[in-house]
Amino acid sequence: MSAARVGVVTFPGTLDDQDAARAVRHAGGEAVPLWHADRDLKGVDAVFLPGGFSYGDYLRCGAISRFAPLMEELIPAARAGLPVLGTCNGFQILCEAHLLPGALMRNAGLHYICRDQGIRVESTATPWTSDFTEGQEIVLPIKHGEGRYVADETTLAALEAGGQVVFRYVGGNPNGSLDDIAGIRNEAGNVVGLMPHPEHAVEDLTGAPSTDGRGFFTSILKKLVNA
Amino acid sequence: MARVIVDVMLKPEILDAQGQAIARALPRLGFSGVSAVRQGKRFEVELDGPADEAALSDVRKMAETLLANTVIEDFTVTVEE
Repeated sequence: MSAARVGVVTFPGTLDDQDAARAVRHAGGEAVPLWHADRDLKGVDAVFLPGGFSYGDYLRCGAISRFAPLMEELIPAARAGLPVLGTCNGFQILCEAHLLPGALMRNAGLHYICRDQGIRVESTATPWTSDFTEGQEIVLPIKHGEGRYVADETTLAALEAGGQVVFRYVGGNPNGSLDDIAGIRNEAGNVVGLMPHPEHAVEDLTGAPSTDGRGFFTSILKKLVNA
Repeated sequence: MARVIVDVMLKPEILDAQGQAIARALPRLGFSGVSAVRQGKRFEVELDGPADEAALSDVRKMAETLLANTVIEDFTVTVEE
């Protein structure tokens, strides 16, 4: 049986694509490089939108990337159910593309934050979190200047009521996100975005605070193999 | 030829951390009497032709699509005299 194929998107200014591809391979999947300028998803089974500073964060984080040729393919595919995970800048792009509600703004303290962060998994009802248990606390690196999640009251209430808050910060809110939100999913559950970086926490060798990031990749690969 | 100005501001209910930092810096610089600052963006859009209703409609579409994120920001479009 061939390995599940997870696309990893590279925009100009993307930083974490190599780590993301490595994490996919580490979990036993095939990482397929996807290029921002190609209108081609190469038939992948899922897509990882990595972090970085795509298009230099010009205008707003993710505002330009959202209109990249690849996104013209990815947006309808995601709406049709393709599993998509966006971390950090990838999360920002998903919000700008309106695949996820709300927006990410400058950290309340204005500082860029790079540290290990406690996160609680609030929902395992996504293809990216099924290997965790609800309420499980994990530690992942965060590194961002614009990670403060905001949404209007109605949207926020709908997210909470619908179980769409997937991750919450524990042990201190690093950026002023509403309701300590670290990550959310769309209504269908196939699109997930979070500020922390699972792809940096899959191997002890790299000095990561944990290997808790592995759960994201084992979750999606199990889902795809069983699909 | 006409110039159209698009001003983009955070919605009033959205915390403007940068504006607050600027407001806090002003007293230290000796400027008093400022109760609040909010920071926004200004775009100067140069048109090939006149700023007629069709052109302004296009600019509003640009603002909605790219210049502003209407989830968190409001915008106004004005023609520069």
